Amino acid sequence: MALDPGTIRDDFPIMCRQVHGRRLVYLDSAATSHKPRPVIDAVTDYYERFNSNVHRGSYQLAVEATEALEEARRKVANFIGASRDSEIIFAKNATEAINLVARTWGRANLGPGDPVVITELEHHANIVPWHMLTAELGIELRWIPIRSDGHLDLTDLDRLLDGARLLSVAAVSNVLGTINPIRQLADAAHEAGALMMVDASQYTPHLPTDVAEMGADFVAFTGHKMCGPTGIGVLWAKSELLEEMPPFLGGGEMILNVTKEGFSTAAVPWKFEAGTPPIAEAVGLGAAVDYLSGLGMEQVREHEVALTGYALRTLNQRYGDDITIHGPTEPAERGGVLSFEYKGIHPHDVAQVLDRSGVCVRAGHHCAKTLMRVLGCSATSRASMYVYNDESDVDALADALADADVFFIE
Amino acid sequence: MPDLEDLYREIILDHYRNPRNRGELDTPPATRAEGFNPLCGDEVIIYVQVADGVIEDIKFGGQGCSISQASSSMMSAAVKGRSVEELQQLNHAFRSMMSIEPDPDDPASTNGNSADVKLGDLEALKGVVKFPVRIKCATLSWHTLTQAIEEAQATS
Repeated sequence: MALDPGTIRDDFPIMCRQVHGRRLVYLDSAATSHKPRPVIDAVTDYYERFNSNVHRGSYQLAVEATEALEEARRKVANFIGASRDSEIIFAKNATEAINLVARTWGRANLGPGDPVVITELEHHANIVPWHMLTAELGIELRWIPIRSDGHLDLTDLDRLLDGARLLSVAAVSNVLGTINPIRQLADAAHEAGALMMVDASQYTPHLPTDVAEMGADFVAFTGHKMCGPTGIGVLWAKSELLEEMPPFLGGGEMILNVTKEGFSTAAVPWKFEAGTPPIAEAVGLGAAVDYLSGLGMEQVREHEVALTGYALRTLNQRYGDDITIHGPTEPAERGGVLSFEYKGIHPHDVAQVLDRSGVCVRAGHHCAKTLMRVLGCSATSRASMYVYNDESDVDALADALADADVFFIE
Repeated sequence: MPDLEDLYREIILDHYRNPRNRGELDTPPATRAEGFNPLCGDEVIIYVQVADGVIEDIKFGGQGCSISQASSSMMSAAVKGRSVEELQQLNHAFRSMMSIEPDPDDPASTNGNSADVKLGDLEALKGVVKFPVRIKCATLSWHTLTQAIEEAQATS
């Protein structure tokens, strides 16, 4: 059954509020999604009923808190088709998850001249950790270029992967919306003897995720873009890799034993979760996963394709040559992220004018400055959609856009 | 909500559409500094030529929103021909108008009495304060000019 955004909106308390006396038209879910009532309640419930530290106390509250954390891990594992719960590492966000791989697997396995391959459409979270390893270890960073239609240019893939140790790619571009051919890339990486990491931050909230189908070795995503709380992200990795990888941060929770001479590490996944984990946040993410599963990820994706198609048609029909929407033109080939330029007006000014009508879009480089250089601009306006958006939100965007003319078009 | 008309005053839009002193200067004798707003990707490049403590010429380049571009243009018009000392007073007065606290580590920001300084056209940017996210757009060119001047003084 198709999603009904009208009913879904009722699940999101923030949708009741007004902005500048207007209805909230939230089109920035690629930055962060709103939270449905069951997620907010789960976090509150945790603090009200069984707040305590995990994996330590022998009292009832601690047992319940530990069970809640591990239950959240099970839910996330099921949601992405992980074969074991212990393959789910809780991190602060996707950025930390990617850094975890760079700092542990990378440091243990990479040396001077070892190639790591990324693409021109990566978020800074999947660029800077590798730049840091270039500075530290002298690895070689290689870039898969993008074509003008927003898809990756795979013409030279074999050459780029020659000798590579890791291919790390966003499943969906946070700027262009491009859905990358992850399975094809993973197979090519493996054929070349490289591992495959997927930044699924813009994928897992919007499409059914199956890590086995992706063919990946590492998958990173974040909770707050998929109806969950901030402060909780996920690294999924194959068990055999996690077993071999050295720990990430050192401290409590990640140890088996500590002496004056040294330490031994706890089992996976706790080996990578030093310190008190984000328990309430993990519980909230578990509730978010339940919520999305209740909607059905196939339906979430169908809704996104339909709404993206409507948005592309509406904006193009209404504004023609006055608007440039970057990225693939086919809704089936893209997520619900629309980066656009309107009449040469700077995106900050566009976003400022839209705000007056309660329309929230992001303006800037979207943490993808290398991609901006390829696109030949310093910034874009970006409207991004989710389960609570419908055609009326697209119409509100289209209507408010014309207001920019008053100030900027003579 | 504050009116957008307070932000996009006609004089600001005029500087945005018809920027003054946009361009480059030869380095040397001029010095060059680049400023970035990491939040939004705005980039400002300032070229300044200082001789005997006077800003003889100034040009700016880069790309950004109407506020950052207009602020660069208005700043360049306001400081050209002024002494570095006068610039510091103007900078201080501009920063107070933008509701930025003086930086105790930066003597330039605490020097001078801003009440005596006439901001002239720069007053038009006062409305930016009502849109806190945009304050950095307005101050980016001033930060960058300060860097360029420091560079000029270090090399002279």
